[in-house]
Amino acid sequence: MGMQSQDIIRRSATNGFTPPPQARSHETEVAKLIDVSLCTGCKGCQVACSEWNDLRDEVGHNVGIYDNPVDLTPETWTVIRFDEVEDESDKLEWLLRKEGCMHCEDPGCLKACPSPGAILQFANGIVDFQSDQCIGCGYCVAGCPFDIPRISKTDNRAYKCTLCADRVAVGQEPACVKTCPTGAISFGSKAEMKDLAAERVDELKGRGHHGAGLYDPQGVGGTHVMYVLTHADKPELYHRLPADPTISPVVRGWKEWLKPLGALGFVATVAGAFAHYMGVGPNETDETPHKEPEQAPVQEKAENGPSDNAGDA
Amino acid sequence: MDTNNRVLRTKFGDRLLHWTMVSCFFLVAMSGLSWFFPSLHWLGSVLGPPQLARILHPFLGVVVFALLMCMFVRFVHHNMPVRTDGIWFRHVLDVLLNRHGQKLQIGKYNAGQKILFWGIMALISALFVTGLVIWRAYFAMYFPIPVIRLALLAHSAAALALILLVLGHIYMGLWVRGSITGMITGYVSRAWARQHHDRWYAEEVAPEDTSSIKHHP
Repeated sequence: MGMQSQDIIRRSATNGFTPPPQARSHETEVAKLIDVSLCTGCKGCQVACSEWNDLRDEVGHNVGIYDNPVDLTPETWTVIRFDEVEDESDKLEWLLRKEGCMHCEDPGCLKACPSPGAILQFANGIVDFQSDQCIGCGYCVAGCPFDIPRISKTDNRAYKCTLCADRVAVGQEPACVKTCPTGAISFGSKAEMKDLAAERVDELKGRGHHGAGLYDPQGVGGTHVMYVLTHADKPELYHRLPADPTISPVVRGWKEWLKPLGALGFVATVAGAFAHYMGVGPNETDETPHKEPEQAPVQEKAENGPSDNAGDA
Repeated sequence: MDTNNRVLRTKFGDRLLHWTMVSCFFLVAMSGLSWFFPSLHWLGSVLGPPQLARILHPFLGVVVFALLMCMFVRFVHHNMPVRTDGIWFRHVLDVLLNRHGQKLQIGKYNAGQKILFWGIMALISALFVTGLVIWRAYFAMYFPIPVIRLALLAHSAAALALILLVLGHIYMGLWVRGSITGMITGYVSRAWARQHHDRWYAEEVAPEDTSSIKHHP
């Protein structure tokens, strides 16, 4: 980590007895609001993201769709998704969505991460990877309900959108917000963004988009990147945006159930072994010259003691 | 060493196999535990800095699996269940409470050791398969995320079960005096063999004595 930060509310692989530095945890929660109805798919946000974050992804190939690159990569932290959808009256609708990290209030990546301090959640809601602490295990990929983190093949570390944590820290908006020519992306406090979203939703409903609504999924405690969707009742239409994302029960079982059970297993096993040894004593062999064991005089055993030359096992 | 009173229980190659396995397993288990219990992060230091440990862990895991396959070939015929295993199970309390005397008809390995053998075989195999599924950056991308999640859970659960089983194995080695020396030097005393593996002694050790008294392996 470079610059000192004291507003960390969650730190990966760190137990509750040693909380992260949070002297500045009174900060306002921020949010980015993406209004898909205003997006024209110009990809200006993708360029701005690469420019600000100094990312130079390889030039890919056109595979017949507008998504370019075709997926998020370690060097592409946001990508516009283009989905062609036919509604009930066979009318074609082109749904666009800027995909990237949602900055969950309850981040699955952070829960899954085994490397202390490799993922931080700041008081303003930003979830950021500390790449120098990353060990490249990919657990964050499994933990994420949105399939966002990507592991680099060159340096074996996970990458994703930082919500321009460095810009936000000095009072600026993220690069994508700054560059968006149609005003589809807004940035501010989470409360302000929800108000703005409510206005937009009203307007969209007034224009006949009855399914319009705010996407701020509560299954992950809400997100710090929110969408205004024209079809908020069917978010899956937007390139499989999950309707009710949560941290997978499998990941929860692994971290919240198996982990304490395992700790208990260790304590019980070690304690059991000690108790057994103290209660029963070592299992020694009577080394007196062989007679039929049944007839061996029991009393002699004690005199001989451990003559097994067993070494100090 | 007084070979007159000692019998060869484990051959050099098998001992080497066992202890090579122990060394690799130790490194893999410690690094794995450091990720499962992040408060025990320091355990991973046996493989260097965390990033290096993360790279080495799966490769060493493959070595463990390869050694396991050799062990399977070398040891499986001693570990097949037999009818007399029931006697050991019925007297398991006597065994644990150090009450010697009864002849329990124990072959080269007792029923508990056989459970250990098959447990280790099953668990390391499970760890190998689930480990491949979650192995970045070589294999994980070929599996869908829900499968990776299940593999992570199964990998952790199998590893826990295995490590606890191995702790039990280590304790039994410490408890039963003479067994660790036996696994290092290969030799155990005749009395040890009679006491802990009476049927093995009667069937395989004693007959050799009468046929070639002077010949020691």
